[in-house]
Amino acid sequence: MTLSTEKRTLLTVITEAAIEQTLLRDLDRLGVRGYTVSDARGRGSRGVRDAAWEEAANIRIEVICPREQAESALGHLQARYYADYAMVAFLQDIEILRPEKF
Amino acid sequence: MIDVVVLFFLFGLAAGLLRSELKLPGALYESLSLVLLLTIGLKGGEGLAQQALGPLVPQLGAVMLLGVAQTLIAFAILRGMGRLGRADAAATAAHYGSVSVATFAVGINWLMTRSIAFEPQMAIFLAVMEVPAIMVGIVLARGVGRQTDWRLLAHETFLGKGVTLLLGGMAIGWAAGPEGLAPIKGLFFDLFKGVLALFLLEMGLIVSRQAGELRRRGVFIVAFGVLMPLLSALLGLGCGMALGLSVGGLTLLATLAASASYIAVPAAMRLAVPEANPALSLGAVLGVTFPFNILAGIPLYHWLALQLAGVAP
Repeated sequence: MTLSTEKRTLLTVITEAAIEQTLLRDLDRLGVRGYTVSDARGRGSRGVRDAAWEEAANIRIEVICPREQAESALGHLQARYYADYAMVAFLQDIEILRPEKF
Repeated sequence: MIDVVVLFFLFGLAAGLLRSELKLPGALYESLSLVLLLTIGLKGGEGLAQQALGPLVPQLGAVMLLGVAQTLIAFAILRGMGRLGRADAAATAAHYGSVSVATFAVGINWLMTRSIAFEPQMAIFLAVMEVPAIMVGIVLARGVGRQTDWRLLAHETFLGKGVTLLLGGMAIGWAAGPEGLAPIKGLFFDLFKGVLALFLLEMGLIVSRQAGELRRRGVFIVAFGVLMPLLSALLGLGCGMALGLSVGGLTLLATLAASASYIAVPAAMRLAVPEANPALSLGAVLGVTFPFNILAGIPLYHWLALQLAGVAP
């Protein structure tokens, strides 16, 4: 059996929980149709972010969308947030079913 | 004599500094702070139900001005003597102009342990003193510009977890009165000290993580972290004398003034003044000021209040 998959792009953003609300509003404005947010922990250039309390909490936002939209979102993140916030964001090509959803 | 709840703080601090595996679940910390905020609100509301509310309005104005004055003074010191950049000075000043619920709770506990009475409106003071410093801090950093999303910030600060729980608890305490609160007294009032002890254990762990930041920043931050609360406490005592507070009330207002926020303000500053370094403010607030206040500050403020009130200790 062959599945008829289509290509989409997965945008993953790992950043400070403090900016969750502003970030999600930005994504809405960029026309993103859905996203998944989860709590995250880790370590990077800004030290250990172990989510032991609110100030050190991280989130991971995942968005599946067309390539152009993902690129414009990534560009927006870079311009608006990279300088001042702990943030890692990247794109991956993925295959999905139900293309009308994404 | 050191209060037992403070011993829990020292335990957490020691465990953290020794890099123990000890870690409290994040959900527990949130639950404990929720119970503390509601308890403080309920207690305040219960007391307010027994007095007229009209005379409180000018008092609220006075303590808000106190918060504004503290923020401006802290900013001037950090800019002038500390040579901090504008954003860092403004953000740190906002932390010091605002208040810390945990410090306030230790203050209440200190007074209750010694059966010293205090005015019920202290809980409202706690709620209203949280916000003005945030606004002043943002204006100091930014000016009254268009870049700041004031609507979002107002929502974050006025409807943030802390203020919502305090005001909600107060409204319930006020509506229910002492008899109405009796059925839930077991959870909120009787367990207060136990909850505070566990909360302070976590605070000790959090504070221990600031050690590295303090080593990097050195003498100025440590000096500021001790001297600023002393100065603020004197302002608080002066304000309290003008309002005619009791010795207990004076002690708590001095404690509120001396305390520095480490929850509401960092979150607001992260959004509004992102270029400010949060590690700097938190290093001073958590690494120096919070431990100083709960270990030495509160007894000192009480002693000063006694002197001012003219009562022999």
